[in-house]
Amino acid sequence: MDRRAAADLLKEKFPDAVQSVEEFRGETTVAVDSVRLRDVMKHLKDGEALRYDLLLDLTAVDFADESPRFRMVYLLYSTRFGDRLRIRTRVAEGGALDTLSDIWKAADWLEREVYDMFGIRFSGHPDLRRILLDEGFVGHPLRKDFPLKGTEFDQPFWSFVFQPKTPI
Amino acid sequence: MTETSLMTVNMGPQHPATHGVLRLVMELDGEVIVTAVPHVGYLHRGMEKLAESLTYAQALTLTDRMDYTSALSNNLAYCLAVEKLLEIRIPRRAQVLRVLLAELQRISSHLLWLGTHALDLGAMTIFFYTFRERETIMDMLEQVTGARLTPSFIRIGGLAADIPDDFLPAVRAFIEAFPARIAEYEEMLTENIIWKKRTKGIAYLSGEECLQFGVTGPPLRASGVNYDVRKASPYSGYEEFDFEIPLGQNGDVYDRYLVRLEEMRQSNRIVRQAADRLPDGPVCAPDAPLVVPPPKEEVGKDIAALIRHFKIMQEGFRPPRGEVYASIESSKGELGFYLISDGSNRPFRMRVRAPSFNNLGALTKMIAGEMVADVVAAIGSIDIVLGEIDR
Repeated sequence: MDRRAAADLLKEKFPDAVQSVEEFRGETTVAVDSVRLRDVMKHLKDGEALRYDLLLDLTAVDFADESPRFRMVYLLYSTRFGDRLRIRTRVAEGGALDTLSDIWKAADWLEREVYDMFGIRFSGHPDLRRILLDEGFVGHPLRKDFPLKGTEFDQPFWSFVFQPKTPI
Repeated sequence: MTETSLMTVNMGPQHPATHGVLRLVMELDGEVIVTAVPHVGYLHRGMEKLAESLTYAQALTLTDRMDYTSALSNNLAYCLAVEKLLEIRIPRRAQVLRVLLAELQRISSHLLWLGTHALDLGAMTIFFYTFRERETIMDMLEQVTGARLTPSFIRIGGLAADIPDDFLPAVRAFIEAFPARIAEYEEMLTENIIWKKRTKGIAYLSGEECLQFGVTGPPLRASGVNYDVRKASPYSGYEEFDFEIPLGQNGDVYDRYLVRLEEMRQSNRIVRQAADRLPDGPVCAPDAPLVVPPPKEEVGKDIAALIRHFKIMQEGFRPPRGEVYASIESSKGELGFYLISDGSNRPFRMRVRAPSFNNLGALTKMIAGEMVADVVAAIGSIDIVLGEIDR
């Protein structure tokens, strides 16, 4: 099965959900309507000629001055066909996407990381809390408007030590 | 009837058997683990954020500090992604040297794993054996790169320098001696009754479950799934090398141990082939003047070369707009870099697909229902590096 075929199969099955198919440096990216994301992903995993059984990665990108603001990217691999595919969709600030953690368990931690770093919510996620940063952290660092040096390092060191932000 | 209640036990973040700063909160029913929640992030340095403020060449130094037990593999994955974006072709000599260095790094990473994993389970002797060989590899890498842990030696467009003359003889001496060393490790562990009792049938994961959790690398192959990026989507000319992918059947700690041991033997084969067929030629892409800085001798003599060097160092280069994903088989699993370029000299977004992150995600599933004493076996068997998980 060649790369083009997977995108074509998807177009046939979901003519209304597939927005565009892009080829760049030999990689295929399919843009999908965020409302139909779950159906598309379920089909990608279980569809007879697709079988994308490995969700390699899931991440977001912040396009601060575009609307909708965020792009979600999913990297899939099919161990049966040896084929890679990238799915992307858009999500607005304050918006939520459907969780994929019941389709691939790998999405559980990865969605937590996206929530942690971008503040995107996933409806239906069993345990959506920060994963890399601590519970009391304010802000989402991978957003483009988050300052590189952080938000709290102008304060004197001692203010950290003696004034815990939120009791855990 | 006596009433029983669960006990919560905290392990880490400062605990030698967690191989870094991993915290594990376990709910115990007697000695049996009911559930365990890993807490990560103690080593978070915001590398994906930092990369957005650095030029492509500068961001390379961040990758050393992710999986610090195999820094050269990280360099390689990052460079492959940038080179894919730039469409640079790498000379043969540089490709073969990259394979050679990456495989030496894999052996050293597996040696570190074997020593510490066995130490966790109470087998102290083997630690001294594996660290002896690891030290030899470290010396060889230092010969070439000048550094032991953070070399940043594989550069965008090729390598930082050619190898010194005494490197290949050292490699040859090592690969001649190494199979006998692996036999020594096997003699100490493979049929050792205590080792087998501590590892057989422990922390089981089926192939299906591994794929569910996105587990890659030796733990996936120990469960019988044949997925290795070196074979599935070869890079740096791996398709020309003759090696096998070892597979396990039982998906337990013991099979992961056997898979890694065999991987070291296969890596040794690859290193031997690379050393034998190393072609002559340049180690940097000759047709990428805007990416690869001119050699030092030229900079000293030629004003144009000096200006070019200065511009590459100060401004870097501007890849075309677009997004790429390039991945390699690191010692832990599939290590991938997803880069988005907006046409400027800094990455718009650098995402690291860190194998240990997904592998650790499966830990809860692995140890549910096991005994407390098996937790260290399970953690050791997935070979996590927290620098890569937390980034």
